Amino acid sequence: MATMTYRDEELRSTTRVPGDSSLRSVFLVAARYTLITTVLLGIIYPLVITGLAHLVMPQKADGSLIVRNGQVVGSALLAQNFTGPAYFHPRPSAAGNGYDATSSGGSNLGPTSQALVSRIDASVADWHKIDPGARGPVPIGLVTTSASGLDPDISPEGAYYQVPMVAAARHLPKATVRALVKEHIQGRQLGLLGEPRVNVLELNLALDALAPPTAAAK
Amino acid sequence: MTANGWFQFGFFFLVLLVCIRPLGIYMAGVFNGKYGFLGWLEKPIYRVSGIHEDQEMTWRGYTVAMLLFSFVSLLVTYVIERAQHILPWNPQHLPGVEPFLAWNTAASFTTNTNWQNYTPETTMSYFTQMAGLAYHNFFSAAVGIACAIALIRGIARRESKTIGNFWVDTTRACLYVLLPVCLVGALFLVSQGCIQNLHPYTVAHTVQGQTQTIAQGPVASQEIIKELGTNGGGFTNANSAHPFENPTPLSNFTEMFLIFLIGGALTVTLGRMTGSPGHGWAVFACMAILFAAGFTTAYWAEAQASPVLHGVNQHTSALQSGGNMEGKETRFGVMNSALFATVTTDTSCGAVNSMHDSFMPLGGMVPLMNIMLGCIIFGGVGSGLYGILIYVVLSVFIAGLMVGRTPEYLGKKIESYDVKMTMLFVLIFPLVILVLSAISSLYPMGLSSLANHGPHGLSEILYAFASTAANNGSAFAGLNGNTHWYNSALGFNMLGGRFLMIIPMLALAGNLARKKSIPPSPGTFPVNTALFTVLLTGVILIVGALTFFPALSLGPILEHLLLQHGVLFS
Repeated sequence: MATMTYRDEELRSTTRVPGDSSLRSVFLVAARYTLITTVLLGIIYPLVITGLAHLVMPQKADGSLIVRNGQVVGSALLAQNFTGPAYFHPRPSAAGNGYDATSSGGSNLGPTSQALVSRIDASVADWHKIDPGARGPVPIGLVTTSASGLDPDISPEGAYYQVPMVAAARHLPKATVRALVKEHIQGRQLGLLGEPRVNVLELNLALDALAPPTAAAK
Repeated sequence: MTANGWFQFGFFFLVLLVCIRPLGIYMAGVFNGKYGFLGWLEKPIYRVSGIHEDQEMTWRGYTVAMLLFSFVSLLVTYVIERAQHILPWNPQHLPGVEPFLAWNTAASFTTNTNWQNYTPETTMSYFTQMAGLAYHNFFSAAVGIACAIALIRGIARRESKTIGNFWVDTTRACLYVLLPVCLVGALFLVSQGCIQNLHPYTVAHTVQGQTQTIAQGPVASQEIIKELGTNGGGFTNANSAHPFENPTPLSNFTEMFLIFLIGGALTVTLGRMTGSPGHGWAVFACMAILFAAGFTTAYWAEAQASPVLHGVNQHTSALQSGGNMEGKETRFGVMNSALFATVTTDTSCGAVNSMHDSFMPLGGMVPLMNIMLGCIIFGGVGSGLYGILIYVVLSVFIAGLMVGRTPEYLGKKIESYDVKMTMLFVLIFPLVILVLSAISSLYPMGLSSLANHGPHGLSEILYAFASTAANNGSAFAGLNGNTHWYNSALGFNMLGGRFLMIIPMLALAGNLARKKSIPPSPGTFPVNTALFTVLLTGVILIVGALTFFPALSLGPILEHLLLQHGVLFS
């Protein structure tokens, strides 16, 4: 320890270099700099991206909207509410009062929350009620709210689970509906990334095209 | 956990490893003034602003410029928020933002925190998002990079009064590093489904005859800089979990990659500019070890079945991700949610693609602990590097004590003043987190905001103060931060966490720059070896563990034990 020198070389010296300007002039530089960079990066940059995006991929830039009979029925990327046995259901939603695409978000309930466990128990009971022939435990995705509340997908497991319910309500053979689900499974992207999934809105639209729901079932 | 999950993790790390070296070398060139191909854009900015680009500053001049720029730009954003109802691009006719919220948000984005006490879709106009918030996504990142470069210069230079020109460093970080990646990356995100428009919200008539209003906006241009600049402030409330911000697994991969990119590359820049590439890699290795350990824990925890759910199929199979899916998106599953959570808190990003509040106890402890270590694993752009360099100086000091010699770091003697500045940096951080959390745990003003009770409630409070002090900005979002107590305490934390850290760090840079360089001797502790990596990792873990272990044991660890016994809280 003897070699250790604890001589404070504090920076008390008043040496200034030309780059250190007065407070007033630094303030003026800061003000002008903020304004010009705001125009460049705060306005011109996003407008250029908006222009280019619309030039090349307008449909995606506008939200992947699906139009049927001249009317927007929703976005392929966002969940919308489906009820009753004639349609595949998306995951439960904590966005606003459910599927509110101006108020995205999750439940934020933690693993030891009584409220979470009660809510999941109620969801399980609902599934058994809507589908009396339900077989075995409900896939986890169908009783948990997603992070955005707008998750457009369900897992293949969650889709297959709903096949008997939908087939019965539409008087279709289970095998037909099963085949439709299989057709709509999106595998991992590039064969590697993410999880396999089924887009609920696209699946339901295909289902409607295949066999329109009877008035009673609807 | 699945083989595919581990393969995705390995692939992610490999792509990162390949890309950081060229970028790190390029950045060293940018800040040494080697490139001038954007001079046509750069020079007019200097001319209009009155910047003398060839004049360097002392650490004090650098600090003053940094503080005044932050102050002025914060003020401009505040004014934009307040006046958004008379500014363009406000198709939803949103009113001006309330004064207190406007102030909190401006401070939050200026400090690279991006803590959000509001629902963006119903609060911020497109103009505010672009010119106010996305603007700070660029500049809080550029300022961070500039300060890290100043510190590197302090280490690299000998007997120099100056550490660079703040305006030039900041401008070059923006134009030569951030902007080119954003131009390409934003369009790539649109190709995946990210939206980019200025339309009014779309009213859809759903298949079953309901109406659904769909929020729109210039998302892609902000999303890309939000990740690249480790900002993390969502265009939407659900942040990167929202399908319009993060539509596909590939966009998710890209976003995670961009969060790590600059922080990783700066270790190469460090090695390059100090003439000791091995030292850069030794620091990188330490970060990689801590990153892998965090991810492994989070992935394992989230893949577990909850013991308190019945009648639910939680198994992992080829047909479903399984595990804890509350607050997670189907396309990401537990693996990509655990990875994103680790990445976003290893850095000071704070974007989320899943809700951390709903993680399993030990899964949620990973992001919490990453933040408590100071977001230094790859780190916020710039802030991560100067954060870990503080630990490097501390490690060198401790090694010096162990062998009984004056500690040296890359030829510079580490003396009393340097260690004082280092310890100031290390102590302020846990002090504010623990004291403010303790106060919040004692009084109704803190407790009334909780969404979850029992140990999880303590985790929510700890997370809020750690996240704002480390300028991360992610949250256990059940906690309602929009109260007088939290708005003011968290606001103080964000400003303190940014500027009370940067100032001692720049002082250290100025002091190091002044010193003579001494040639290495047999007694010099080498900082480019595996032994150094182990020592550095140890110092980070020991400092973090000693400081925060008692709090963690009362929060997530206790919650884990109680969950195994089926204890619930209402």
